[in-house]
Amino acid sequence: MDSEVLIKAENLSKKYDGYLAVDGINFEVFKGECCGFLGPNGAGKTTTIRMIHCFLPVASGKLTVAGMSVSEEPREIKNMIGVAPQEENLDPDFTVMHNLLVYARYFDIPKAQALKRSGELLKFFQLEEKGNVIIDQLSTGMKRRLILARALINEPQILLLDEPTTGLDPQARHMIWDKIRSLRKQGVTIILTTHYMDEAAELCDRTLIMDHGKIIEEGTPVELIKKHIGEEVLEVNYNDQTMKMLQNAFPDARLEVLSDRIRVFSNQPHGVFENFLHKFPTSDASIRSANLEDVFLKLTGRQLRE
Amino acid sequence: MKSKRISSSFKLPELTYRVWKVWMRDWDVFKKTWKVNFFPPLLEPIFYLVALGFGLGQFVQSIEGMSYIQFIAPALIAISIMYSSFFECTYGSFVRMYYQKTFDAIISTPISIEEVIAGEMLWGATRSLISSSIVLGVVAAFGLIASPLALFIPLLAFFCGLMFSALAMCFTSLAPNIDFFNYPGFLFITPMFLLSGTFFPLSQLPTAMQTFAKAVLPLTHTVDLSRALLLGNLQTSLIISIAWIAVVTPVFFVLSINLMKKRLVK
Repeated sequence: MDSEVLIKAENLSKKYDGYLAVDGINFEVFKGECCGFLGPNGAGKTTTIRMIHCFLPVASGKLTVAGMSVSEEPREIKNMIGVAPQEENLDPDFTVMHNLLVYARYFDIPKAQALKRSGELLKFFQLEEKGNVIIDQLSTGMKRRLILARALINEPQILLLDEPTTGLDPQARHMIWDKIRSLRKQGVTIILTTHYMDEAAELCDRTLIMDHGKIIEEGTPVELIKKHIGEEVLEVNYNDQTMKMLQNAFPDARLEVLSDRIRVFSNQPHGVFENFLHKFPTSDASIRSANLEDVFLKLTGRQLRE
Repeated sequence: MKSKRISSSFKLPELTYRVWKVWMRDWDVFKKTWKVNFFPPLLEPIFYLVALGFGLGQFVQSIEGMSYIQFIAPALIAISIMYSSFFECTYGSFVRMYYQKTFDAIISTPISIEEVIAGEMLWGATRSLISSSIVLGVVAAFGLIASPLALFIPLLAFFCGLMFSALAMCFTSLAPNIDFFNYPGFLFITPMFLLSGTFFPLSQLPTAMQTFAKAVLPLTHTVDLSRALLLGNLQTSLIISIAWIAVVTPVFFVLSINLMKKRLVK
């Protein structure tokens, strides 16, 4: 992969009202990659994204985009970034098409070019029939797609997606995933935050896991799963006898009990769990592939964040 | 510490041509809804002129040589200047900032927050210009214009509108919620509506209140200038009103931008 650094944070911090939202993080984003910021609510993902597009001032540390400092050259940086924020902020006073045209004007895009580009984007996001519809009449999924279209109006080199599929039905999610993949192929550098681990595993070349304002782990989804969980997870219904048996069979394993189910996390090569089940057949047992959600919960815990 | 806070409140903002992009957004919305925006400034002065001018005016002796209807006509223009910009930059701007998140969307583009606020205030001033021009037309139709100087009303409306926009934007920067605007509404706007030489001469008030109205109430100066233009009665005392507006407007324009920045940029 091309390893030109496009975004670089050094010892980056952000404090609001005495609360340290981002706590001295370091990271790099490479040109052309899709980089995911994962973390529970309040981990500092959105704050980090907002500092990248100069929405929030940096409290301390250094943050550069394409070699430019966010505090010194915000206009140039904002010109090369497209932002799809978490909360819907489309202009309710305008139609779908007019939203794109007014947004293009903020970027000094000439009218003729704005019309052409808006038409292309509506087509790309399958909204071409909705051009004259007022925002209120769009479904949640269509609004999300329009926000993405709007973020692309200035042909950005960097696309920031803050929870792009939260609240969408599976059809709409898959459609958006498809579009993100195709943008990634066109060479757009993408940063996305998400709570959905399947989304991160599906889209991201690399993930950064944040918690309490710090980056606690970093790597490709496959690397992280292998490092923290292994290949497979065994799940069995709970009872004391099974628990003892499993503890004896896999002394090095981490056993977790949740909702009357035992999960066995053990760095076993493929096939070991299967052999075990051959010897001690249980009808309620299942073996599944380890996933990024297992990693996430292991690293950030199961405690609820409010 | 305190002096630093004061100097940061009056820091001169860096503004570029992008201010007009924000103005154009609001203008685009206005054009779509022009019918709703057009009728209040057309009908309201007609009601006032009929009810107060023809109705109440029958019982009022002439004021400084004018009939009552002639006396209140320039005040109606001044009031429309005040209302349209003040409400645009309180309720209107608050809705765009807080509910619609329009400002958030705009500052994700090369436009800065300072330019957004400045554009909103220029738009407020434009609203004053539009409304007062409609009122001017109504007043003209009633035959109440005595001087061609009345053609300067739109200019007056823009500058006074900018002043009321700046004052309004300061309240917006401090408003915790939209109901908050009831306070400046009945503590600032309503007293001005009644006590700024609008419906009776300022000289009828006790001296202390006259001084207060001239020193603190921006509408007093707006009414004085509007009346002078409509009647073609230019006096040297108007210089004080012009100077008052020329000082207050830039001070509150800059202050409101800094206060809004403090509110929005955490």
